[in-house]
Amino acid sequence: MEYISNFFVNLGNSWTSLLSSFLPPWAVILINFIIVALLLVLMPVIATMTLTIMERKIIARIQNRIGPNRVGPWGIFQAIPDAIKLLTKEDIVPVNADKPLFNLAPLLIFLGAALLWAVIPFGRGVIGQDLNVGVLYLVAVGSISTIAIVMAGWSSNNKFALIGAFRIVAQLLSYEIPMVLAMASVVALVGTMKMGEIVELQSIPFLLILPVAFITYILAAAAETGRAPFDLVEADSEIVAGYFIEYSGLKFGWFYIAEYGNLLAVSAIAATLFLGGWRGPFADQAPVLGPLYFGIKTILIVFLLMWIRGTWPRFRIDQMLALAWKVLVPLGLFNLLWVATMIKLPLPVWLQWAFILAGNVLALLVTLTLMGQAAKRYAARRGMVGTRA
Amino acid sequence: MEQLFFILLALLTLSAALMVVTTRNLLHAAFWLILVFFGIAGFFILLHAEFLAVVQVLIYIGAISTLIIFAIMLTRRIMDPQQPRFNSQWGLVGGLAALLFVVLAAVTTRVAWPTTSATLPAEPIKQLGADFVGVYAVPFEVASVLLVVAMIGAIIIARERG
Amino acid sequence: MQSQYLFIAIFAVVALALPAIGLAVAWALRPKKPNPIKNSTYECGMETIGETWVQFRAQYYLYALIFVVFDVEAAFIFPWAVAYNQLGLYALVEMILFVAILFGGLMYAWRKGALEWR
Repeated sequence: MEYISNFFVNLGNSWTSLLSSFLPPWAVILINFIIVALLLVLMPVIATMTLTIMERKIIARIQNRIGPNRVGPWGIFQAIPDAIKLLTKEDIVPVNADKPLFNLAPLLIFLGAALLWAVIPFGRGVIGQDLNVGVLYLVAVGSISTIAIVMAGWSSNNKFALIGAFRIVAQLLSYEIPMVLAMASVVALVGTMKMGEIVELQSIPFLLILPVAFITYILAAAAETGRAPFDLVEADSEIVAGYFIEYSGLKFGWFYIAEYGNLLAVSAIAATLFLGGWRGPFADQAPVLGPLYFGIKTILIVFLLMWIRGTWPRFRIDQMLALAWKVLVPLGLFNLLWVATMIKLPLPVWLQWAFILAGNVLALLVTLTLMGQAAKRYAARRGMVGTRA
Repeated sequence: MEQLFFILLALLTLSAALMVVTTRNLLHAAFWLILVFFGIAGFFILLHAEFLAVVQVLIYIGAISTLIIFAIMLTRRIMDPQQPRFNSQWGLVGGLAALLFVVLAAVTTRVAWPTTSATLPAEPIKQLGADFVGVYAVPFEVASVLLVVAMIGAIIIARERG
Repeated sequence: MQSQYLFIAIFAVVALALPAIGLAVAWALRPKKPNPIKNSTYECGMETIGETWVQFRAQYYLYALIFVVFDVEAAFIFPWAVAYNQLGLYALVEMILFVAILFGGLMYAWRKGALEWR
């Protein structure tokens, strides 16, 4: 019972002591590192296998269709024939492509998606490495994806690919700032960048204290993963999938896997920073429950992102950029300073938190009012119908 | 062990740097430069400066190299493989570079580098943050002014052109 | 601390090896029947005209520049946020000043229309 209650940590300890009995310490560490890396690197692949069918079913439900329903019960094994198809499809390299970079880009985009998982805590003590710079590491790793996208868009030597790459880079850059500010307000509240410690110190989910930061993060996450309503970067009807237009077979597959790996990763980060990660009822007594709670919270966020995708129309590029720079960045800066001011007030912690929440709600209301007025002015200027004069 | 990693990183960084200056394709040069930046982040890790390593990746790879790539893509006719790699001043520049190398080599081999037995603070990042607003408060605020001046300058230049 | 980054390095190698192995398996399994039309640049059936190298708008560059400024700002904010709990009121005042100057820059960009997409 003792063993089961903290199963993952105990399993790791037993394994380590088994290895230590006949191997020198450095070899044990090295072997453990490789095993953990092999487990974590599969996360994007697992994400693709499960989230694609989930997404197709949810979007189908929203659009009043049935969705995939042939392979397995309710079509849940649809991902397997898809994988076989991608694996056996002919690989086309366009004649004008820059071949070395064209082949390198899928590897790099997968690297960017996989490295995120190194610092995400699945449970107490169940984490790749709890880096001192955890939160900043996540942002830094994101830049590898940017480079991979530029590489793919440029090396394809295709106009659609290049336009798509330019659009997505502008989008990634613009939404990184609100994302960083949302993360910074959490860091200011807890005083650490370690992902594991952020969860430990989160006695109530920060969603209840920092709703503005949470909403900013979710919007930025949708933009960073290039999902609707921010899918102008791969809009099929305009630029035919954008930067990976020339890719086929498994090379396309790695882009696809990286996309879903990133979707699951940003959701896991949101669950860690704002929903209390692996915390939940009895998670302290039985840490084995931690990964379960963490998984449920992550899937809830994934569902939220899919819901947004299924119901919102696509932004134009000017709207996308204006939302980042004119709404989310000022809001994020205000939020960070507000949090900083409130936790310096000589008040009990719960009252400080109440003030932070009140300021958040107020900021949200003011922002929405201002946005509504700006939209009305815009519509009046364009002489659009259906506006109240 | 550390020595081994240092030599490997130095080989990686230097050969990537060599590729930056010898490759004919300007965009390839930019991608090699990114590899150089990664190598430098590795050196920061070896120096126990993990914050600087992450910032190196964040700023140089995430922001500066994107800026460089955008700049290359905004410029026409620069990718021409017929562009000559040397112009008439290559001798002068080569001489200057050699001189700089000699000076640097002389300095690095002559100076007795001071070493300290001080240990790292328990939480270096916390210490850094405290120093930003404590000892280094003025440079900290000046950095903000500098950033804004850079932004305003960029806006003025870009707007006059467009 | 350095052993933590050894893990990151190993992880990076594994994360590059997995897609490479995948592509090698796919290379063994897939058909290879290229022809000139199949390998031409895809443009919805049209033949592509002119160079891919069209000049892009300077607006992209401007956004990237503003991004660099705010990215550097983020590098300053994070250590401050980590240390913030243990610092006095002066830390708050200094950060408000820091952010206010940058916000002034953003306002300038806004007023000058540098954030406008045209």
